[in-house]
Amino acid sequence: MAFSAVRTEVKEEYRVHRTGELSGQFQTLEQQKESATLGMWTFLITEILFFGGLFLTYTINRHTYPDVFAISSRTIKLSWGAINTVVLIGSSLTMAMSVWSAQVGKKKLVTFFLIATLVLGSVFLGIKGIEYHDKYVEHHIPGLNFDMYYCTNNPGACNLTPEDLAKEKAELEDLQKKVGGEVAVNSHAQLFFSLYFGMTGLHALHMIIGAGLLLWLIIESMRGRFTPQWNSPVENVGLYWHFVDIVWIYLFPLLYLIDRH
Amino acid sequence: MPEHSEHSEHIVSPLIYILIFSALMILTLTTVYAATVDLNEHFAGLNVIVALVIATCKAILVILFFMHAYYSSRRTKLIIISGFFWLAIMLFLTLGDYASRSWDVH
Repeated sequence: MAFSAVRTEVKEEYRVHRTGELSGQFQTLEQQKESATLGMWTFLITEILFFGGLFLTYTINRHTYPDVFAISSRTIKLSWGAINTVVLIGSSLTMAMSVWSAQVGKKKLVTFFLIATLVLGSVFLGIKGIEYHDKYVEHHIPGLNFDMYYCTNNPGACNLTPEDLAKEKAELEDLQKKVGGEVAVNSHAQLFFSLYFGMTGLHALHMIIGAGLLLWLIIESMRGRFTPQWNSPVENVGLYWHFVDIVWIYLFPLLYLIDRH
Repeated sequence: MPEHSEHSEHIVSPLIYILIFSALMILTLTTVYAATVDLNEHFAGLNVIVALVIATCKAILVILFFMHAYYSSRRTKLIIISGFFWLAIMLFLTLGDYASRSWDVH
């Protein structure tokens, strides 16, 4: 009984093998899929440690200059960050749905959800571009005419309400007394903005790479390549995309939500 | 143990994905709201602790369900946990060093 069951099973594997879905070095589709997942996670662990170093640097600097970090964080628009969080988590949902579509063999839906993911990812990057432009206008890019006092000294230049400007001015004056002068405020604030641009920039770079991978998946999926038996590229790009989402889940509260009260 | 059928992989249903997405949205709203309330007056640093706890809940939901870790093999789970374990070593030992020595970082 058991023997004949094994024989049927082997035959089944050969059938799959001939369709080109099972690579020669694997015995079963299960094993092939698990190897792909395991390999992807191993790569993602190196990514966790890579971003981990940045979060560590951030933590030490924020702990050292808490007040400067709080004021600098408040100059970033909360609404854009919150919208982008929703957009990115939404793109994770569509990515997960494209994996599901591949697993159940709905080939048209795979393409649809991949395109939806790419669109949401592009919206995220577009909003990031608007935010970077705002920071450029406000002279908040380290090394490029950086000046925390630019908006309060030139009330017309930044897109801020008079109340916000008055508040920012009062806060900056308080801070200046605490840390000992404009130079100290500007140099410590540059630390925050270096981390802001470094971390969101690397995150955005990951998104751009992810968008490239999505384009490739969309082309392959239009050719009907992804089946319930073989969909590791969709699954693994999905893992990558969700990882990038997790990085943002931490970046959002740490960069945008310091002492908003 | 090995199931040699090609249909033995766990397929997460769209309903679970939508539930997880909704939970993530609620947690996002909560974290934005929590940042606008001054929790530090109760306990210094409570605001950032709340923010990080919420972010970690969100990350766990994404890893377990969107990334299928909940349904993956024990070997894959071990790899995932080891990754975070090594991250914890880096964070805690470095921060421990900063906390316990008189670094002149100012």
